Amino acid sequence: MNLWNKLMCYSRRRSPWLFHMNSGSCNGCDIELVASLTPRYDAEQLGVRLEGSPRHADILCVTGPVTRNAVGAIKTVYSQVCGPKAVVAIGSCPATTNVFIDSRTLDGPLDKHIPVDVYVPGCPPRPDAIVQGVARAAQILADRAANKPVVEVKAELPTEEVRQ
Amino acid sequence: MNSLTTALARLLVFPGLLFAIPAAWFFLWVERKSVALMQGRIGPPFMQPFFDFIKLLGKTTPPRNGLGGLLMKAWPLIAVSSAAGAVGLLPVLPLSGGFEGDLILLLALLELPSMCIIAAGFSSRSIFGEIGSAREAVLSVAYNVVFLLAIVSIAASQHTFRLEGLAALQYSPLHLLGIAAILVCLPAKLHINPFSLPNAEQEIYSGPMTEYAGPELAMWELSHGLEWVAATGLVATLVAPHVTVWWLGVLLFAALSFGVVLLLSVVAAATARLQIDTTVRFYWQCTLIFAVLAISSALFMRFRL
Ligand code: SF4
Repeated sequence: MNLWNKLMCYSRRRSPWLFHMNSGSCNGCDIELVASLTPRYDAEQLGVRLEGSPRHADILCVTGPVTRNAVGAIKTVYSQVCGPKAVVAIGSCPATTNVFIDSRTLDGPLDKHIPVDVYVPGCPPRPDAIVQGVARAAQILADRAANKPVVEVKAELPTEEVRQ
Repeated sequence: MNSLTTALARLLVFPGLLFAIPAAWFFLWVERKSVALMQGRIGPPFMQPFFDFIKLLGKTTPPRNGLGGLLMKAWPLIAVSSAAGAVGLLPVLPLSGGFEGDLILLLALLELPSMCIIAAGFSSRSIFGEIGSAREAVLSVAYNVVFLLAIVSIAASQHTFRLEGLAALQYSPLHLLGIAAILVCLPAKLHINPFSLPNAEQEIYSGPMTEYAGPELAMWELSHGLEWVAATGLVATLVAPHVTVWWLGVLLFAALSFGVVLLLSVVAAATARLQIDTTVRFYWQCTLIFAVLAISSALFMRFRL
């Protein structure tokens, strides 16, 4: 791998710009995403910037269970993000449609429509989990620049004792 | 031949590209970092603007075709080259050359990036871009009257449109009034709070930049940084006392520019965005008085001499 490629990988890992898209969430996850940029969690240390336009973004952060109305918008916005791009599904809603499962107004989960790279489970997830998910997505972008195979991280499900 | 080499050295080495590009990244970092510190955050790492630039270079751009697409690709390049040319004109080194009327060229080059932003927003055909461009146009009409009057007042009191003559200026109350008026115009020129109307984030997406991506956006970021260097450098050359030792001149220039950047970023962090009509009223009603005062006293002094 030559020097330019190495620099590119490093820069992609250090400069994830986000675009936040709400696909019908209850607003819980959106608040937590914004909270991860506040002084306590300060995601800007990782180079994170919340962008106003999907054209500028590297990582698309989707919250919400994907309502029927949102499907078209999600596809449009996903195609507006310029490559290389990654998608982070924030909250349990885009992953599984959560408590809204079987609702006739939904057309979820998210991975039915666009490829998802990182799931951040929780209802809502804590801001530090969101920061971790974004950092993971940035690492995936860097790995793609290096043509490395992306390593799958096995989800660590809580054991019975923790759940009780 | 000799003057050509000096001109090239000024454009490419100091205070031109070789100095100005790292300085642009540094100033962009100072801006973000000081906002973060004032909000009680740690903020981005030192190399952040550089990483952003490299990353943007490696991204794809949406396909653009036809004349509109060609224009959209051209605007950021024109903006970058004119901002770099403006930095190259600054008389930092003593006896660095220059010509009669280079102040006018500098003002024109400083104005060109904002023209490019206006044109870029309209050629992107995005509704947010068009709103942003309209705001930028109104803003530039508002602050430019004051900005130009202030600079012309300093130049008129000195009987020259040569930058070197202005850099060698003695302090006077009139001079300070002019510099204060220029400083008030800088936040609007650099689109930072409280006058960040054209690129108002969360309000009209990213204004004229909405449709830009990848390397083109990288060029816009760079031209914004170079505008920082040129605008703060202009103030630094006006404020700096006249020295004949070249390294002292360079150090003073860098330190004063840094001071101005710090001042502007603190103002940006401490204020919120104003509405467009408040902004126009601010410039045309409150600040214009100073500028008119400065230019009338400059002309008055000139006739008395
Ligand atoms: S995961 Fe929970 S908090 Fe987030 S949008 Fe769904 S219901 Fe709301």
